[in-house]
Amino acid sequence: MENTHTCEFASAPINAGLQPADKVLLLREMIRIRRFEQAALKSYQGGKMGGFLHLYIGQESVAVGTCSLMGHDDHVITAYRDHGHALAVGMNMNECMAELFGKATGCSKGKGGSMHFFAPDKNYWGGHGIVGGQTPLGLGLAYGVKYKGLKGSAMCFMGDGAVNQGCFYESLNMASLWNLPVIYIIENNGYSMGTSLARSSVYPSCLAERAAGFGIEWDTLNGEDVYEVRAKVQVAMERAHNESRPTVLEISTYRYYGHSVADAKHKIYRSEDEIERYKQLHDPIQLFKSRLIEEQVLTEEQYDVIDNAARQEADDSVRFAEESPIPSEESITEDVYFEVDRQTLAGRTGRHFFND
Amino acid sequence: MPEITYREALRHAMAEEIERDQNVVLLGEEVAEYDGAYKVTEGLWKRFGDKRVADTPISEAAFIGMGIGASMLGLRPVMELMFWSFSTVAWDQIVNNAGMVRYMSGGLINCPIVIRGPANGGTNVGATHSHTPENWIANVPGLKVVCPATAYDAKGLLKSAIRDNDPVMFMENTLLYGEKWEVPDEEYLIPLGVADVKREGTDVSLIAHGRAALTALKAAELLAAEHDISAEVLDLRSIRPLDEDAILKTVRKTHRVVLIEENKPFCGVDAQIAAMIQEKCFDDLDAPVLRLSAIDAPAIYSPELEKRQLPRPIDIVAKVLSICR
Repeated sequence: MENTHTCEFASAPINAGLQPADKVLLLREMIRIRRFEQAALKSYQGGKMGGFLHLYIGQESVAVGTCSLMGHDDHVITAYRDHGHALAVGMNMNECMAELFGKATGCSKGKGGSMHFFAPDKNYWGGHGIVGGQTPLGLGLAYGVKYKGLKGSAMCFMGDGAVNQGCFYESLNMASLWNLPVIYIIENNGYSMGTSLARSSVYPSCLAERAAGFGIEWDTLNGEDVYEVRAKVQVAMERAHNESRPTVLEISTYRYYGHSVADAKHKIYRSEDEIERYKQLHDPIQLFKSRLIEEQVLTEEQYDVIDNAARQEADDSVRFAEESPIPSEESITEDVYFEVDRQTLAGRTGRHFFND
Repeated sequence: MPEITYREALRHAMAEEIERDQNVVLLGEEVAEYDGAYKVTEGLWKRFGDKRVADTPISEAAFIGMGIGASMLGLRPVMELMFWSFSTVAWDQIVNNAGMVRYMSGGLINCPIVIRGPANGGTNVGATHSHTPENWIANVPGLKVVCPATAYDAKGLLKSAIRDNDPVMFMENTLLYGEKWEVPDEEYLIPLGVADVKREGTDVSLIAHGRAALTALKAAELLAAEHDISAEVLDLRSIRPLDEDAILKTVRKTHRVVLIEENKPFCGVDAQIAAMIQEKCFDDLDAPVLRLSAIDAPAIYSPELEKRQLPRPIDIVAKVLSICR
């Protein structure tokens, strides 16, 4: 049954056109995310970084599948579990790891941390820490794309906990009312921090169904299958491109670690059996690896080469981060105001900072 | 020079900037077809059409956030809040997104957005509609805040705010919308961060912003006519960036200072200025720095009492007399 399901999406036009090398690349990107985060976890546990570390491990197929569809005018914005999307849009491990270490070579020069990765040159707009706070920004990216007359979209990722924030519904109303090409992608991993879906949300059949109240098309996806992710997100993207209409997608997925690494109770509010079952039966990397071996576009040996390279790349990024300098004290007041940074006339007029 | 109202000055500023830059859009509740809740945007929708001037639903968090997201892509949205008091429901968007995204992205992103609307008491609309959040905003590095007192300043500052590449929170005053001032026909800009001496004087400095600057001018007239005291009135115009040089200059000139604002006293804008003056002009002072703010309670409804709650010219005179005799 599951195989039939997978085959169906494998033959979707967006997947049928994939060359073997493209398919291996999708797998490679998923592996890179996992190895990056495992290396980050090790450093975090070794006391090398501060703050929180929200791991994406278990959900890699979502970021890789969706971001693999991006064209020139398709944008991405997400919440605080943002490492996977960052690597999926093409940010490199060094800048991401260095950011976790709070180093000057980090993607945000050590000013953002784990929850705040950005790469506007890659249409990646963060990395946002306040649950649901990015949903109006995603609306704005879509509005900007439409205002400029471009054929594009904004994929706005959010967790299942974020669906209960008010600004999300305000945004859905405006997205539909103004025909904006935004795609809200709920990555439903079953838990809003320590509270299960059943204890936090009312849902007759699913969360995405709430979109119906706004006249917005919606769908649900099995996130463990990268083919399905690509096939169904592509439908939403075409809707955005061709009809300038929004979509709400709910992708079922699972995180193997806690809400953050500091979430000490994650084996209390859910069972070890549950976690183990996902790892054994639903792991997106293992499933896609098996699939590609079945399709004879990958061998075990090739997989090992890719995996070892990803591990090496992650280890190298840790070394890069460790060897990188911490930001200078002067940099604390840099990147606050554009006009001051550029020392424009406006930036040189009046007092902007009130130290001393 | 022609006289126009404060609201017309704002309208002219927006119209000129819409014509100048195709990335400028006006968005907010009732700004388009209704012609503006306070008629500030009257006629602009008819003139520029749906694309440039659009009504939003009553969803401050979403539409302010939408404007911020669009500004990250290079648009220059001018967002109207019907009252700045309504910013509280968009606070996360303003503070965490507009205020923080440049910093947290290490300078990769900037937000050239203007959020404007009235921020004042004195109109008997109750405490929830009478907030003056310039001090709340000024406490957030990354945001800028401007409080024009006259039509001339409103126009020149709004044009600069729209061209600024940082998020500018522009706070107007409904009591001033219908007041007239001389405003030239030819284009001009007033930079942010430059205060204005609205009246020269030698005995005491009255430093204020927004409508309080006009109250200070009335007090200065009373002081001259009835007490032979020459008061200098410095209008800050812009809170952040702040014209520190102008503040220190007037204090060094008169040696006495009264700070006036319609904001509440605790950690008000004037608290920052008082600290700055005592630190940098201690030896120039001949008297303690005095402050006059709104009476420290939520804005009262009762029309007669609300007039009393905000600083009046006679209150300023009393403060001045306490240090000038």
